[in-house]
Amino acid sequence: MLGKLSLADIAYDNPIVIGGVVLMTGAALATLLLISYFRKWPYLWRNWLTSLDHKKIGIMYTVLALVMLLRGFADAIMMRAHQVLAEGANRGFLTPHHYDQIFSAHGTIMIIFMAMPFLSGLTNIIVPLQLGKRDVAFPFLNALSLWLTVAGAMLMMLSLAIGEFSTAGWTGYPPFSEIQYSPGVGIDYWIWALMLSGAGSTMTGINFLSTILLDRAPGMTLMRMPLFSWTALCTSILMTLAFPALTVATGLLALDRYLGMHFFTNAGGGNMMNFVNLFWIWGHPEVYIVILPAFGIFSEVISTFSAKRLFGYRSLVYATIAIALLSFTVWLHHFFTMGASANVNAAFGIATMIIAVPTGVKIFDWLLTMYRGRIRFSVPMLWALAFLPSFAVGGATGVLLAVPPVDFMMHNSEFLVAHFHNMLIPGAMFGYLAGYSYWFPKVFGFSLNEKWGKLAFWNWLVGFYLAFMPLYALGLMGMPRRMQHYDNPEWQPFLLVAAIGALLILIGIGCLGIQLLVSIKNRQTNRDRTGDPWNGRSLEWSTASPPPVYNFAVRPEVKGIDAFWYMKQHPLPATRPPRYQEIVLPRNSGAGVLFGAASLLFGFAMIWHIWWLAMAAGLTMLTIIILRSFDDDTEYRLTAAEIEQMERSRYPTDRPGAET
Amino acid sequence: MKFHSWLESCVRYCFCPCAVFLALSLCGCSLHDVDDLQPSGPISRSIDHLFWITIALMSLVMIPVFGMTAWFTWKYRASNTKAAYSPDWDGSTVLEWLVWLFPGLIIAILAGMTWVYSHKLDSSRPLDPAIPALEIQVIALDWKWLFVYPQQNIAVVNQLTIPVGQPVAFKITSNTVMNAFFIPRLGGQINAMAGMETHLHLIADEPGRYFGENIQYSGRGFPFQHFVVHAASLQDFDAWIAKAKQASLPLDWHQFNELAKPTVKEPIAYFAPVAPLLFKQVLDQFKHPATNH
Repeated sequence: MLGKLSLADIAYDNPIVIGGVVLMTGAALATLLLISYFRKWPYLWRNWLTSLDHKKIGIMYTVLALVMLLRGFADAIMMRAHQVLAEGANRGFLTPHHYDQIFSAHGTIMIIFMAMPFLSGLTNIIVPLQLGKRDVAFPFLNALSLWLTVAGAMLMMLSLAIGEFSTAGWTGYPPFSEIQYSPGVGIDYWIWALMLSGAGSTMTGINFLSTILLDRAPGMTLMRMPLFSWTALCTSILMTLAFPALTVATGLLALDRYLGMHFFTNAGGGNMMNFVNLFWIWGHPEVYIVILPAFGIFSEVISTFSAKRLFGYRSLVYATIAIALLSFTVWLHHFFTMGASANVNAAFGIATMIIAVPTGVKIFDWLLTMYRGRIRFSVPMLWALAFLPSFAVGGATGVLLAVPPVDFMMHNSEFLVAHFHNMLIPGAMFGYLAGYSYWFPKVFGFSLNEKWGKLAFWNWLVGFYLAFMPLYALGLMGMPRRMQHYDNPEWQPFLLVAAIGALLILIGIGCLGIQLLVSIKNRQTNRDRTGDPWNGRSLEWSTASPPPVYNFAVRPEVKGIDAFWYMKQHPLPATRPPRYQEIVLPRNSGAGVLFGAASLLFGFAMIWHIWWLAMAAGLTMLTIIILRSFDDDTEYRLTAAEIEQMERSRYPTDRPGAET
Repeated sequence: MKFHSWLESCVRYCFCPCAVFLALSLCGCSLHDVDDLQPSGPISRSIDHLFWITIALMSLVMIPVFGMTAWFTWKYRASNTKAAYSPDWDGSTVLEWLVWLFPGLIIAILAGMTWVYSHKLDSSRPLDPAIPALEIQVIALDWKWLFVYPQQNIAVVNQLTIPVGQPVAFKITSNTVMNAFFIPRLGGQINAMAGMETHLHLIADEPGRYFGENIQYSGRGFPFQHFVVHAASLQDFDAWIAKAKQASLPLDWHQFNELAKPTVKEPIAYFAPVAPLLFKQVLDQFKHPATNH
């Protein structure tokens, strides 16, 4: 009846796990109770869960990312604390089985369930606004992507309470991840979490590719698009092309595990190298999927806060395209040490280094954007300024690792761990946090508190350097990654410094939380009535904060790069009355969230071999999609009169560019 | 804002990372005093040189980035109204060529070096064809290393003894999941994979005791899967072989399967004689009958 599932699968005997489970279920229950107490279920269902509005879907993605950041960081700080202790006779406080799950969960969560939802959230909210659109190309598909990602994240959380998570690392290399060496359900949790969210990400890629290429505002040619939209376009291409490789890799691994096939097993004609190749054919573009949107954010932020046009717009666009294309040509550098010939290794090493050229171009273009600007040090700009030199260090160590003989010394050591955190924390996380504080007033209509934002920034920045610079040194000293225990007292002081760094990042995360609370409390004084709190340059600042459901009452006309800046420089006579026209918008649909719930049940049933439930959930998913496809009434219309009324109540003053 | 607080901010924004990187580099230099890192063979010495040349080349990009960030942040702060302000300046043909060509040139130099050194330091290439190499077969087990000396007909668990000055040709495979065989002071790592044979050529040119490890995570016992490398003079090596031969515990297929059972912190053990085709048998056990034409 319940497949492999029994009461014994709950780790009662591990106080740390139980603590986490109690905390997690407590928080979930408290949230549910509060919603019930305030009778907010109808509101939540009508305005959020069933919404197809790209802004609301974006907000829900971002909330998911922030929640998963807490979980991923809890894993990180436990690893740092454990490694300080686990030297010589001291065994630390985590058993090998528990520690191995934690590093596997940390990587999977931070990449798939923190970075991906964060960038999808920001892209969802901002790209249609920047391009003067009313919604994404396929609003319902957008909701499906969101709820599939949520379902994957829920599987990750469930693995903490019921059963176990993978111990094979976030990369899940076979044959270790095959049934012979990992008979438990941990790998299956990993497979199904990746499958569900991977399907969601593929659809997000297709959706945004169409959104960006089709039906932009009049005059918004490709070479006038803001840089964030350009990076979102390149990211969408990468998502569309790369994610299927991950789905295939995990799918074939699932066939091995469920049906006894031999794609990647040691025996029976399998070859684990095929998995490693497929995984990194997704995995390397994935690095640029998470970093390119941050590059876009930095471009917007640096230009806005330097009050200056971007230097070398065309160079930046071509560099972005070059990075996106090259990202498919370098996957082998993740496994130089698997024994390819010198010719193959050298070719992939050189391809990898070539990526440093467009990346270097970008760095210099951003610096030249600051040259002869008027730089304001608001929180988003601080993140960008910290990013520039930090990313240069990460890039340099990346080039080091791209030289195959050097990689043979550094691969799978703490040096590698330091390198990719040095790329992903300043390169992606700082960018998302810059985007978070930059666009927050646009989304909610009030600004975030600067003081707590700056405190968060300094703690993150100093914490990052303390946490990861020692790991470079440890790598040079030969310390492998993923060590639950070590016998070298020389490593301990470095790990202590790293743990202090993690503690500072914890304070930084705390400051972000306080910042949010303080800003909500003071929202009346922080309110953004202009829609343009930073003296912005692109179209999202031309509409109100928060934007109306239709984004733009009249679609803006674009006359150049930095469309809104141009409008402010060339204001139209304010006397001309705006001519409103009927607007068609997507109607809410509960099908997305129900599909997500069914896919969660399906994943859970597959993990525990509860075949009847898997069939029932699978049929439910199919039924929901078929029923939805017969629904012809998926849109609603706002008449010109309704829009005029809404606009009058929203806009107390005339705003430049609002009427064209 | 006051000048001094600006100065302070600038120092923090930009010089922090510089200082940390400098500290890192110094730390890297000083690591040469650490026993684990001292290169003790020509391979690891060449890699070490390559490492520092790459760092030097990268500094050509990093130093301008640090400098420009610091300089521009300070000079073009909004409160410095005396600084030039060109809000519409968005390009310059010369500068744009420069920002493409300058990193391009550095990477071109590095690419050339990479091509040459990847071949020169190719770990599967014999070091010196003139000197006969000592062959050692390496088998990764859960969670220990088995070293078979076919010419000497002995095998050792978790201890590797090699003669100084003689090239060593390692043939590496795994009886379990993927591992990576790594002796940091002698040269790079190479993966050990079931059913496959990888090659590594190393040479030690000074006697000593080095640290060897599996650097590819392989499960519960992974943190303890290391071994001692003893680089001995030719005399000491011969004496060690003679001692090992007295083990009188033969290693046949049955004994090997006993040994292959997962254990953590397996003590050093000697075997002699060794079944002559043991390594091949370990490799071939994974071959699918259908592919074995």
